[in-house]
Amino acid sequence: MYKVIAVPVDLAHVDRLTKALETAADLAKAYGATLYYVGATTETPSSVAHTPKEFKGKLEQFAAERGTALGIDARARSLVSLDPAVDLDRDLLKTFKEIDADLVVMASHIPGIKEHLISSNAGWIASHAKISVFVVR
Amino acid sequence: MSEPVQPDFTVDSTDYEVGQDNVQILGLDIHNPVFMISAVTIVGFVIFTLMFQEGTAAFFGWLRPWLTSTFDWVFMSAANIFVLFCLFLVISPWGRIRLGGADATPDFSYAGWFAMLFAAGMGIGLMFFGVLEPVYHFQNPPLGVNPEDVEAARAMGMAATIFHWGLHPWAIYAVVALSLAFFTFNNGLPLTIRSAFYPLLGDRVWGWPGHIIDTLAVFATLFGLATSLGFGAEQASAGLEYLFGIPATDVTKVALIIAITAVALISVVAGLEAGVKRLSEINMVLALALLLFVIIAGPTIALLTGFFANAGHYAADLLPLSNPFGRDDTAFMHGWTTFYWAWWISWSPFVGMFIARVSRGRTVREFITCVLIIPTLVSILWMTAFGGTAIDQIVNDNYQGVAETVAAYVPELSLFKMLEVLPLTMVSSFLGIVLVIVFFVTSSDSGSLVIDTITAGGKTDAPVAQRVFWATFEGLVAIALLLGGGLASLQGAAIATGFPFAVVLVAMCWCLFKGLRADPQMAR
Repeated sequence: MYKVIAVPVDLAHVDRLTKALETAADLAKAYGATLYYVGATTETPSSVAHTPKEFKGKLEQFAAERGTALGIDARARSLVSLDPAVDLDRDLLKTFKEIDADLVVMASHIPGIKEHLISSNAGWIASHAKISVFVVR
Repeated sequence: MSEPVQPDFTVDSTDYEVGQDNVQILGLDIHNPVFMISAVTIVGFVIFTLMFQEGTAAFFGWLRPWLTSTFDWVFMSAANIFVLFCLFLVISPWGRIRLGGADATPDFSYAGWFAMLFAAGMGIGLMFFGVLEPVYHFQNPPLGVNPEDVEAARAMGMAATIFHWGLHPWAIYAVVALSLAFFTFNNGLPLTIRSAFYPLLGDRVWGWPGHIIDTLAVFATLFGLATSLGFGAEQASAGLEYLFGIPATDVTKVALIIAITAVALISVVAGLEAGVKRLSEINMVLALALLLFVIIAGPTIALLTGFFANAGHYAADLLPLSNPFGRDDTAFMHGWTTFYWAWWISWSPFVGMFIARVSRGRTVREFITCVLIIPTLVSILWMTAFGGTAIDQIVNDNYQGVAETVAAYVPELSLFKMLEVLPLTMVSSFLGIVLVIVFFVTSSDSGSLVIDTITAGGKTDAPVAQRVFWATFEGLVAIALLLGGGLASLQGAAIATGFPFAVVLVAMCWCLFKGLRADPQMAR
């Protein structure tokens, strides 16, 4: 039913995303779908990586490790957000389209990047995406 | 190509992690202690100024001119070093180093990029001093030129004005911006002022020396913006009163500050692309419209030939005007030149950091061409159009409207007096008022982003609530100082930070040079 599943990851807080990551992996396995780990970074150095290139490498390594461990077709897709505090949701949506995802599995908040007063990322994505969105709480 | 020098500092030589000193409280993500110290110092300064108005006014009223007169040679030599350093980098082999690494690509088109750096860097002063300053120097020419000799005075008036708005200010910005961009994008250090001093201070920049540098930068930026906003509201309301008879009361001024802050808030909440960049582009289109109007409605042919003539006058007088020693025209040098240099330097942490943020993917050569050369050409054109028209009105039409505003020293009315004798006065004056306000908004929104990033330890993804806080805070400080008095004192305080920064920026050049020499791109 699903061919490409996308799951946004924040490499700084992978430990807090366990539920979403496991859900996504199980679904990918069940439907034989490709699983994309989608990670957003800034152009400026962050706690995860000094450059977008380094970030891409880390995300690819993460995807490769998960893919081998879970026995699924896991890929990485990194995106650079110029102003993630504002643009992250829109940038994610654009990336889901680029990889032709037909299902998004995401935690209600991506911890760390935007866990504050304003609405949750998943809430916004669910109401704006044209594809199915699985919000993990 | 020469062998690259073995780097004695690299990305890997520090294990500092961006955000490691940050604390997360109430859904915020702020640097400890820079955020708190900056906020508390600023509030403390405002309260102190309001309580001891006469004392602070006297102190800062003395401090700033004392600094810019006593240390005139420091300001002027530093600014000259920045110009030479930038010009050297353009022709040097390091010019080909790309910010963000060899395969980095720019995120913004030339137009969007240029609009942002120009809107943040020059802004409001162009509106008021574009008319007043050439006329002032035409009437009181420096370098011993006789004001009776109309042609020589006119040439010197334009050259002196362009001198203050040309290569020197942009070189100051370029040095700061290029250093921050280089150490952030090529060396992986956090986007904050202290990072530029890593080659000099090593890991100590993550401790108190760095906290002090960053706090000073926040202080200069916030007070620079808030006092400009306060004065800007006074100037804009004077314009509104003159044009539309709206009385320039405190209510009007506070309403203007609130309106400007509100638009800046909308802009920062909409983000870098949808807010700040779009507004800067609108700003540029409006400024271009006014510029074209003045060129067409003014003495068109004289202005077009004047552009080249004035560029020539500027080039001819650049060296004597830049010379800090043995000058007889100290009134000009201290009253204008070193004041301007201190002013540009005190703005440089803000403008430099903002330019750095949007410049990834440019080469050093491209960067300096676009941050130094092109803005200088634009300044020459702008000053030629606005100042040239005003001088022409005096010389050829014997119209004294602008001269009166110069004699009374009310720069905010000079522009409108100049527009008054051109056709379509109401339209062009209204456009002028709108531009004044938009120029404020584009400084205010980019300034809030910069302060937010510094006080978040270099994180550009800090929660939106923080930039909302700084933008609002700036408006509140402006209102408090406007109503309670103290705009002049704290503007003096902000400009006084130009002195320590002048020295610090020379060190920054050296750090940047050291960094560029060690860049791996030079190994290819």
